[in-house]
Amino acid sequence: MSTQTLRRQLRPAQWARPGGLAPILAILVVLLVLITARQPDFLSPPSLMSFLGRSAPIILLAAGQYFVIVCGEFDLSVGALVTAQVVVAARLIDSDPTRTWPVVLVLLVGGALVGLVNGLVTTRLGVPSFVTTLGMFLVLVGAVYLWSDGAPKGGLTEEFRQYGRRAVEDVPLLGRIPYAVVILVLVATVAVLLTRADFGRILIAVGDNPRTARLSGVRVWRTRTAAFVLSGLAAAIAAILIGGYSGVSFQAGAGLEFGAITAVVLGGVALGGGRGSVVGAMLGATTLELLFALMNFYGISGALRPAVQGVIILVAVAVAARRSTSR
Amino acid sequence: MSDRRPTPLLALRGISKSFLGVRVLDGVGLDVGAGEVHAVVGENGAGKSTLMKIISGGYAPDAGTVEFDGEPRVFGGPRDARRAGIGIIHQEFNLLPERTVAENVYLGNEPTRRGLVDRRRMRERTRRLLASVGETALPADAAVGRLSVAQQQVVEIAKALALDARLIIMDEPTAALADHEVTLLYALVRRLQEQGIGILYVSHRLTEVFDLSDRITVLKDGRRVTTTDTADTSADDLVRHMVGRELSHYYPPRAAPSDVGAVRLTVRRGGNRRVRDIDLDLRAGELLGVGGLQGAGRSALARALFGAAPFTTGEVSLDGRPVRLRSPRAAMRAGIAYVTEDRKGEGTIARQSVLDNALLAGRAAFPLRSGRAARTARVRELLAAVEVRSAGDHQEIRFLSGGNQQKVVLARWLALHPRVLLFDEPTRGIDVGAKSAIHDLVRRLASAGAAVLMISSDLPELLGMSDRIVVMRDGRIAGELPAGAREEDVVGLALGTARETAA
Repeated sequence: MSTQTLRRQLRPAQWARPGGLAPILAILVVLLVLITARQPDFLSPPSLMSFLGRSAPIILLAAGQYFVIVCGEFDLSVGALVTAQVVVAARLIDSDPTRTWPVVLVLLVGGALVGLVNGLVTTRLGVPSFVTTLGMFLVLVGAVYLWSDGAPKGGLTEEFRQYGRRAVEDVPLLGRIPYAVVILVLVATVAVLLTRADFGRILIAVGDNPRTARLSGVRVWRTRTAAFVLSGLAAAIAAILIGGYSGVSFQAGAGLEFGAITAVVLGGVALGGGRGSVVGAMLGATTLELLFALMNFYGISGALRPAVQGVIILVAVAVAARRSTSR
Repeated sequence: MSDRRPTPLLALRGISKSFLGVRVLDGVGLDVGAGEVHAVVGENGAGKSTLMKIISGGYAPDAGTVEFDGEPRVFGGPRDARRAGIGIIHQEFNLLPERTVAENVYLGNEPTRRGLVDRRRMRERTRRLLASVGETALPADAAVGRLSVAQQQVVEIAKALALDARLIIMDEPTAALADHEVTLLYALVRRLQEQGIGILYVSHRLTEVFDLSDRITVLKDGRRVTTTDTADTSADDLVRHMVGRELSHYYPPRAAPSDVGAVRLTVRRGGNRRVRDIDLDLRAGELLGVGGLQGAGRSALARALFGAAPFTTGEVSLDGRPVRLRSPRAAMRAGIAYVTEDRKGEGTIARQSVLDNALLAGRAAFPLRSGRAARTARVRELLAAVEVRSAGDHQEIRFLSGGNQQKVVLARWLALHPRVLLFDEPTRGIDVGAKSAIHDLVRRLASAGAAVLMISSDLPELLGMSDRIVVMRDGRIAGELPAGAREEDVVGLALGTARETAA
């Protein structure tokens, strides 16, 4: 990126406009201040790295969800997809180290396929994505139970789990960098490049005004389907990290779809599409995790998480709605 | 009938109305007697719909009075007008298809007994209402969705009668009817008239106006031109009143015969749900104007050529080669561009930047044609060339004026080097200065060798710009006119009063 374009992106007008990054950055800073007040060493490299490693899956899912939401759709199936992927991985690997890489490939292809089905059912059959992906959610949950007779089978190998729980050791200054953070940085880079490419601009156009997009030669259904595929891929990568970090369980992905949607909305992306950035979505996910960490430090019950997410989603959407009508 | 004209039921005095500083109605007066059929005619945009909305309580006038039954009235909304006895039958019906005729007729006005809807009385009254207009065959408990369009119209009328309407406004009542149904409507109108109900009849179809009305009022540019007894006027007179105004605008010079090149786009027997029997030749360097009324199939023709609502029959060829235009993308790749009439709804991406808007078509349809940097540089040049005024290429397009938005849309298409350009009302909602700029651009594109088709409802623009004009009516090409045609010729063809001319 040249300094000129950088300067253009840093112009105040760009930051402050609706969908810009100013609000989410402000919230992030406030939360960081509150956390360091309680836990002064939170910002030390080891603690920060471990926080980012833990948060990587939800940040990845938020990036995936961004693509779907910005083109005007929803993906409610990602939580169930993560669960399904973790359970399937355990059974397919069945503690055999030689199967690690083939299974990783299967997970990625599987994630993309689920996204493809979501996309095609939504765009070609005209089922609202809310319903499509809710249906996919139920199908995945049911299929996983059926396939594993009610209890997860097999087991994950260390080779598979290392991405979720190991780290690059002895890095100068930072200490250890979890593999999860490395993967996060790679995926985030790809995501940002995608949103700057023609694809990303067209995706936003589709979310803002699909009729104009179509009359300008956009194949709206393909574009939207591609967004669902990206969300499925993000879920597959998240599943690999979660399987490694927390192991195999039917609860592995529970509630992640709402976490991701909350994060995206918090990051200033308009529900209904047409506005927002993937960086905002990922910052939203980071903020959400930071909030949960803060609740933890202040001894607030983790059982409140869903309620907090619900309140955030309602407030964020209400604020966005006010801003867009008061113009 | 005119010699024993009854006392006015409705009297309008000096009605004016402006929207966003544009005067749509200017001191219009009009009256309708009990049992009178009063027709209102005028071009698109003459102010008919606005006037009807004011009478039926949809808009409040800026100035002037509405008297109904000899008393001045101020309606707070359509509901007030309905209660006062003014019913309006829109082109698009307001009926619930899943409910019965009786339920629709008494919707929101249900007869009750001890707080509950008295269904038996509702059916009985509906039957009586229908009988009073001669509809004994229409069952009161049939689902409205199963009825024919003509029958649904009867339900709409019964709905007005259920509220004791004494004035009924009919807005293009025959637009959706088959020919034999029109006869039924005539009978219905006569029966309403016998009951002493006043009727305001808005229609483009002069035949109906002459068949039905007692008096005719002509509106033009928001003013009343004349009101005459139907017996004292002729279709030619009416058309003359509807058109004619000073030319106060400069148009770029037309193409010289030597500038017009080979036939670029040919349509033979093109048709789909909205248009039929389209035969069209469009030459390189030529600007073909398309006239006609709203709903005559002009936009449908452009959308068929652009693949947005493709022809289902007939053939299209481009530079002598047959082409299949099945989607906008296919049309774009064949070299066709389409600037839509509805800029906000389908021309712009409101919250994206000027640059993103101008790049959209190239990005979407030719992802591999040129490098990103080259494409962006070219589009920036075009934006400068068409003189877009904005705070910069990164400003969101919704903050630009209509004229500047249109220039951005133009730049989007020019970037593709189209061989055929379809413009649908290119200067609608654009201020005068930008209008001239767009006219110049459109002409320059033709001069540069593009084949240009321009739809316009603005008669001076259509006549001032076009090298040749085709006029559409009821989904067909009604006739063709050379450059230098008069407004009367276009309107005559559009309304079907002139004999069809072959060019």
